[in-house]
Amino acid sequence: MTIQVVSKSAGTRRPFFRRRKSCPFSGPKAIKIDYKDVRTLQRFISERGKMVPSRITAVSTKKQRELSKAIKRARFLALIPYLVQ
Amino acid sequence: MAFYECVFIARQDISATQAEALADQFSGVIEENGGQVGKKEMWGLRNMAYRIKKNRKGHYILLNLDAPAAAVHEMERTMRLNEDVLRYLTVRVPELETEPSVVLQSRHSRDDRGGRGGDRGGPRGGFRGDREDRESRPPRERREASAPASAPASAPASTPQDSDSKESEA
Repeated sequence: MTIQVVSKSAGTRRPFFRRRKSCPFSGPKAIKIDYKDVRTLQRFISERGKMVPSRITAVSTKKQRELSKAIKRARFLALIPYLVQ
Repeated sequence: MAFYECVFIARQDISATQAEALADQFSGVIEENGGQVGKKEMWGLRNMAYRIKKNRKGHYILLNLDAPAAAVHEMERTMRLNEDVLRYLTVRVPELETEPSVVLQSRHSRDDRGGRGGDRGGPRGGFRGDREDRESRPPRERREASAPASAPASAPASTPQDSDSKESEA
């Protein structure tokens, strides 16, 4: 899929190059996933209060599962809203 | 014995000292049943994200426990009986944190950031940009769906543009 896009854009327009974003929870400078850390969790929920899909935030699948659990715990404790009207 | 983290929310009408007394009561229950309370954190009266039992605010208290399951069950039972407790969450953790949790740390850093001001606005603007990017997605899918019918050349032209905009925001 990505190879297709690259070849097309290279053919029609200037060479297209996107650096792959890496997962913010893995690697040397990883952030810890914690249900109490509202500030960090806020980065991974939309302004409606919904979780942002990992294809946008580039969180790895394993960490996205942990993250979703943390967000659900924070919601239960009313640290994060279930929905924003 | 296992490590647990227990956060509970007390009613807003009780005072901070009463909330602390509640925490002492529950840690007493743990100790009676052969457990230990590692750390007790009072997060103070916080605004809740939504109303719980007609309360907009609540006293948040965190207890770090090293206790057998029976003690935790007994503590949770007393919490259910106590009408001052709005909600509790007990989570098993691999290790107990000894330093103050993020909630207390962020409160201090928030005070620092009050002076800076600009720093706080900066990342928020960035997130807002991310969200706009996300909301603009559904129309693109529609465009892609309609593209093969009208002009197939428009589909590859639209994809690099979208990816370019994402790159600039990242």
